[in-house]
Amino acid sequence: MSEFAFPPGLVLVLGGLLIPFTSNRRRLALLLGLPVLTLLVVWSLPDGVLVRTTFLDYTLEPVRATAEGRLFATIFAIMAFAGGLYAYRQASTLELTAAFVYAGSAVGVTFAGDLLTLFVFWEVMALGSTAVIWAASTVSSQRAGMRYLLLHLLGGVVLMIGIIAQVSTTGSLAFEPMTPDSVPTVLILIGFLVNAGAPPLSAWIADAYPEASPSGTVFLSAFTTKTAVFTLLVGFPGADILVPIGLYMVFYGIIYALLENDMRRILAYSIVNQVGFMVAAIGIGTEMALNGAAAHAFAHIIYKALLLMSAGSVLLMTARRKCTDLGGLFQSMPVTAVNGIIGALAISAFPFTSGFVTKSLETQAAANEGMLLVWLLLLAASAGVFLHAGIKFPWFVFFQKDSGLRPPDPPVNLRYAMWLFSFLCLAIGIYPAPLYAILPYPVDYQPYTVDHLVTQFQVLLFAGFAFFVMLKQMRRTLTISLDFDWFYRKFFKEIAGEFTLRTSAARDAREEQALAGVLRMIDRLYKHHGPGSTAARTWPTGSMVLWVAVLLGVSLLFYYL
Amino acid sequence: MQTPDAPEQPPTGNDEGRDRHRVHWLYRRDNRPKLWLLQFVILALALVPEFFVHHHPHFDGSGFTLDGTFGFYAWYGFLACAGMVAAAKVLGIFLKREDTYYDE
Repeated sequence: MSEFAFPPGLVLVLGGLLIPFTSNRRRLALLLGLPVLTLLVVWSLPDGVLVRTTFLDYTLEPVRATAEGRLFATIFAIMAFAGGLYAYRQASTLELTAAFVYAGSAVGVTFAGDLLTLFVFWEVMALGSTAVIWAASTVSSQRAGMRYLLLHLLGGVVLMIGIIAQVSTTGSLAFEPMTPDSVPTVLILIGFLVNAGAPPLSAWIADAYPEASPSGTVFLSAFTTKTAVFTLLVGFPGADILVPIGLYMVFYGIIYALLENDMRRILAYSIVNQVGFMVAAIGIGTEMALNGAAAHAFAHIIYKALLLMSAGSVLLMTARRKCTDLGGLFQSMPVTAVNGIIGALAISAFPFTSGFVTKSLETQAAANEGMLLVWLLLLAASAGVFLHAGIKFPWFVFFQKDSGLRPPDPPVNLRYAMWLFSFLCLAIGIYPAPLYAILPYPVDYQPYTVDHLVTQFQVLLFAGFAFFVMLKQMRRTLTISLDFDWFYRKFFKEIAGEFTLRTSAARDAREEQALAGVLRMIDRLYKHHGPGSTAARTWPTGSMVLWVAVLLGVSLLFYYL
Repeated sequence: MQTPDAPEQPPTGNDEGRDRHRVHWLYRRDNRPKLWLLQFVILALALVPEFFVHHHPHFDGSGFTLDGTFGFYAWYGFLACAGMVAAAKVLGIFLKREDTYYDE
């Protein structure tokens, strides 16, 4: 056990809190330096539990270094670096600070050896990401951020109940592989899946992320869902239920992205699609499948961030986000278009890009296990990825009709960030060995065979052919698509509205009734005791004399008896 | 990368004809057949290796040999996408709403 080990995530969390106190050059040094420092810490820690403390009666392991954790921490740090570069001039101080705390807590999760540490970082992530959404400071971002926060707090509560139940049944807080066969483990699984965007609660990704600022969405795309992939990878490898859940997510993402008109929402649905591949691979659970999920997550963070950087540049320069308003931008934004296309090719797993060498591990793992249906569905989905993200995004934003817009390329820091990630997409694709070397298990797979190259080109090129043949069917409309969030944004809201109307009407009626009762009582009192009433009348002297005579008569009568 | 297809609509009307030299060649109406031809050439090239490469079936001994047959990946990729576009179209009938649906 090292004396100096501390959670590597704290570098970004605590360092991020210094951002408000810096400006200009020092801020850039901080934004680029903190992720590099995180990488150094992550790679200097030896494997195993490095810090162990006790809290109440339980053993905590705030720093536990594993191959999986190091891989995810590495890509999170790289993401913070490029995101910081992309955001540094345009983003608000609040957004940068929140994004770095958010990134740091994601790194914290990857080094958590116990469920309590994991939970603390998990909740900090929810708060950090909500602040990133709110930093856009638009009305729609405030509302979407609140919905996002409520949903994640709900997921956090389910996770916490699961953790408490797990501790009380097993007595251990250790974060180790589990099987979802008891109430506590099922609750923990649900808590993880909420953050992965699993059904039925998938809508929060496309609801909240595209409401953030251009750079905010880039940060958001990377951490929450991929941290969930990490926790599933470590906590529930080989859980059968994850295969159908993952496949559902894959096709959900494709169908909703095909229906969508907002360019960043298309990419948000595509996150669900990509995470679906990883979740399904974790469900398959062989060493190759788990390697595939980890490698795919690593590559995905880079190309999805690249795509959102490209879309964010378009949004920044045109202030437009709907495909119906865009088009023809390749003429005046060539750098943004080229980088967007490289990201689109990578997500489609085109040969010589990072998607090709990582996603194929997952499909090959399904084939190796003899899962024919899963393999056929994943192959169809691979074609569908090219359809909904690979062509649809660049086509509708940079080509299709000429919108007449001629914005220039974005400022230099945005361009550098995009070139950096484009380079990584191609470098990993052309030379995957370094990535394969840091995967959790030894890799015995050769992505570049003639067979694989030929078949992949055929699938993708004919998928592209289908896109252009059916282009008329995909004409963009000014619409959104209903999702599960309809229940909490419309159904329960309408019911609550109706309830408010009816209860307030009922209360008004009760109030009126009570008021009428009081008035009636006052009336009666007035009638009997008011001026001119019976009780207030003066008594004539004659009646007084009569009553005295009666009393005297009665006492005389008693005297004689 | 795919050949960019002809645009759905001509570029902003007042540009067409008058400033023909300023319209990008991708957007010129008379280039559309050439672009489609280019796409067919690329698709044909992608199918050429089918005559030389023997595909290894992924599921030996399971009776499923379709993935080793001629052009499987081509028609499967095409039909999968066509099917998904059709599915999205049908679901869209039920799911699509004005994009001001949730606004107040």
